[in-house]
Amino acid sequence: MRMLLAAEAGDTTARNLTITLFLVFVAITLAITIWASRQTKTATDFYAGGRSFSGFQNGMAIGGDYMSAASFLGIAGIIALYGYDGFLYSIGFLVAWLVALLLVAELLRNSGRYTMADVLAFRMRQRPVRTAAAVSTITVSIFYLLAQMVGAGALVALLLGIRPGTTFLGMDADAAKIATIIMVGALMIVYVTVGGMKGTTYVQIVKAFLLMGGALIMTLLVLAKYKFNLSSLLGDAASSSGKGSAFLEPGLRYGVEVASSTQTFYNKMDLLSLGIALVLGTAGLPHILIRFYTVPTAKAARKSVLWAIGIIGTFYLLTLALGFGAAALVGSEAITAQDRAGNTAAPQLAEALGIDFLGGDLGGATLLAIIAAVAFATILAVVAGLTLASSSSLAHDFYANVIKRGQASERQEVRVARISALVIGAVSIALSIFAQNLNVAFLVALAFAVAASGNLPAILYSLFWRRFNTSGAVWAIYGGLLAAVVLVFFSPVVSGAPTAMFPDHDWQWFPLSNPGLLSIPFGFLCGWIGTLVSKEHDEDKYAELEVRALTGAGAH
Amino acid sequence: MSTDTPAPATPAPDRYLAVQRSDEFAGLRRALRGFVFPMTVAFFLWYALYVILSAYARDFMGTKLFGSNINIALIFGLLQFVSTFLIAWLYSRYADRKIDPVADRIRAEIGEVNHEDAPRG
Repeated sequence: MRMLLAAEAGDTTARNLTITLFLVFVAITLAITIWASRQTKTATDFYAGGRSFSGFQNGMAIGGDYMSAASFLGIAGIIALYGYDGFLYSIGFLVAWLVALLLVAELLRNSGRYTMADVLAFRMRQRPVRTAAAVSTITVSIFYLLAQMVGAGALVALLLGIRPGTTFLGMDADAAKIATIIMVGALMIVYVTVGGMKGTTYVQIVKAFLLMGGALIMTLLVLAKYKFNLSSLLGDAASSSGKGSAFLEPGLRYGVEVASSTQTFYNKMDLLSLGIALVLGTAGLPHILIRFYTVPTAKAARKSVLWAIGIIGTFYLLTLALGFGAAALVGSEAITAQDRAGNTAAPQLAEALGIDFLGGDLGGATLLAIIAAVAFATILAVVAGLTLASSSSLAHDFYANVIKRGQASERQEVRVARISALVIGAVSIALSIFAQNLNVAFLVALAFAVAASGNLPAILYSLFWRRFNTSGAVWAIYGGLLAAVVLVFFSPVVSGAPTAMFPDHDWQWFPLSNPGLLSIPFGFLCGWIGTLVSKEHDEDKYAELEVRALTGAGAH
Repeated sequence: MSTDTPAPATPAPDRYLAVQRSDEFAGLRRALRGFVFPMTVAFFLWYALYVILSAYARDFMGTKLFGSNINIALIFGLLQFVSTFLIAWLYSRYADRKIDPVADRIRAEIGEVNHEDAPRG
């Protein structure tokens, strides 16, 4: 079987089809964006889509916001190369939604307005808490954005088959990478500045349907190939992986057992650390939290999380079939020949399935093109959500409430939000071009760790702890944020290892790649100590927050 | 409730304090926390057990079942999906029955609270 990804001149079919489908997606989403801009008049329209979405629509949009290229291509790739351990990753991503459902979504919807900081600063002094929340929101979003955009750049060269030495439209692989980063950045800026939350939400809904459709078709084809016998699919995957039944068990990627018992101990701690950050991070991600403001009531926020759990859970079950299918039908050798991290496993599987079921190279090229276009759509929807979250926080928290002390008009605020999206987009493009050849895949896990270590403690204490105050909120956010970032900076993902971001340098002393195991308890501890060292306490405001959060009285 | 146009009436801040100290509100708080706190602890421990077994009990997780390639690790992972769906469904049923009616009643009693009393947010 040929595994090619449109490498040779004769395989321009896939390339042209991918580009056509992608342009169709861009055209449709731009049309939606322009339509949405006509419906966007007030600040509530811009930040929260007029709070007019239904629970189902928002649930799909949450899915579109959450299922990034890291989960589609990344998890399918990890399963294809390391087997079971990719599944472990997706379980963390899914179970995490229970934290959002049980503890955060409804209370946040009832008591906040546009940003995460609305809830954190509700009963606190506005300026210090909103400054901290804006810093944390922008940090988390930029980390996440960088991982997505650099990934997009690397991906496009692979999916369009631009290899070192060959050119496309006169661009070599490096130029195509930079062009992709700029194009993705420009599109996300347009979605956000023109369409606001309404436009972004529809882009995410469209993407969610495309992604689910693509994953569903591939899964059915994989299962049909094995006559819907899961056991024989698994057996085939295990035997072509060359690792036998170990491929179907945990331990090839995370918590690897090596000769050194110290290193084995660290590897296992690292697995626990990753697990805890995945499960606690989701409910602290600002771009996820602001989605709860797009529905009219807390009950609708609950419904959106239920739909989101349904679609995200289904999707991760499908990635299981995609990953094992790629291992069985493509094989790890062919996958790593394309991309060492396995990110092309799903598109390569699409090509193999297309050759099988649709017939010949044309069939292969067609299915490959569809899945490649879905992957681009996936990236675009996620980066738009991230840009919106960070520009909302910059405008609403920092500009309107810190600089203007709450005296800015709605129009000024929205104008600043649009400018912020432009600035954040430009900064992300510049950083991504700078980082394009660095291994920045760890930034997604870092974003989850920061969200779990800084934002989540502040949110939970705010909503449930009567005594909590300004000092506690500020300590929790900065403490958790700094702990996560500093530990990762001195970890093997940044330096001192061949796969590090800076493989030629070594300032590493922290042994774990994931800081969560230490930084999350540290963030909670900081919030607790910070609270106790200050006497500030506003009983009236706490009563107001609690009553409003639980009953929805006075909700925006 | 979902509009952002200001309404005129503004309840005094101590109104919220009175509601918060009422028996009815205490009951609502108890109903909510009585469900979500134990459930959070339960799913967290269940998930932690899964991750810890994946790290430290690999022989057990690798045990094959029904003479097929399906092993305990896979079943355990799928059970995490099942438990997540189940808890989500249980919570939604519980909230519909025990939380929403009480919350709606208290909100109606508070009356036309509007958002102008909120901190600029």
